[in-house]
Amino acid sequence: MFRAVVRLSTSGIIQSIARTRPCYSAPLASRCYSHATVETDEEFDARWVTYFSKPDIDAWELKKGMNTLIGYDLVPEPKILDSALRACRRLNDLASAIRILEAVKDKSGPHKDIYPYLIQELKPTLTELGISTPEELGIDKL
Amino acid sequence: MLQLKTGRFACLLSRRAMVALTDGGARLSTHGHHEVSDQLDMSKPMYWDRLDIPLPDKPWKDVLDSTDTSLKQKEKGPWNSLSKEEKIALYRLKFNHTYPEMKKPSAEWKTVVGGMFIFFGITGLVVFWQSLYVYPAQPPTFGEDWQAKQLQRMLDMRINPIEGFSAKWDYEKKQWK
Repeated sequence: MFRAVVRLSTSGIIQSIARTRPCYSAPLASRCYSHATVETDEEFDARWVTYFSKPDIDAWELKKGMNTLIGYDLVPEPKILDSALRACRRLNDLASAIRILEAVKDKSGPHKDIYPYLIQELKPTLTELGISTPEELGIDKL
Repeated sequence: MLQLKTGRFACLLSRRAMVALTDGGARLSTHGHHEVSDQLDMSKPMYWDRLDIPLPDKPWKDVLDSTDTSLKQKEKGPWNSLSKEEKIALYRLKFNHTYPEMKKPSAEWKTVVGGMFIFFGITGLVVFWQSLYVYPAQPPTFGEDWQAKQLQRMLDMRINPIEGFSAKWDYEKKQWK
């Protein structure tokens, strides 16, 4: 969140200021190493979208990708999740799709407004693919 | 009260001795017990319910009966045609606990605290017994009489008369300041 503010103020691009959607993902290598390359948020997102968009992605790659992504200190952007859900569809794996939604809700931690935002952004994909949210299935309660 | 806690403690110990059984044929065997069949093969992919590993290495149920297999076939088609129950069934085939079930708090802390208090209590009893049967007799210096004479002697010697002990004693009025 703070990194987005810094970039907005220093870059001064008008479209960035007009961007109202909250930026929940942080860049991967955002420490002040002088020698390491810093990947921007967009590059990070693009990399992961490409990863899940592989047409012949296999189950292992989906698992590895999701587990790694959940291991990062961020909540993935809707476009990454969209790509992952479509990968689940290609693999005929509805259970994993629902699990992904549960996982990102858990990743949001105390920030209760992130998950509804993600669902709102993913709604078209969810309806298109027929993925029910955990809330719709009633498995979000004990 | 103590008995209750001991019972719970023992119960938890015995429960801990039995590791969680997984479905699908992989079970942990305890020595000589015949209630579990196979040895858990740790060289094969295993199932875990972990918050940070949303998709474990293998599905929860990999031995599918005919209803499960036909449901899996239906999964290959459009998901909009699946009912809620079917979707839940598919989820339960692949995963054991949902995230809320994983995060459910347990009552383990009560056992831990209870066990702690039991051990404190036992220790207290041991210490008490020690004080009765192990410790030698108290030296005479602990007696009321001796302490009083000791105090008087310290005042007579003017121990720490400026800032400390005797400074607090009013020698005129013969009392503490």
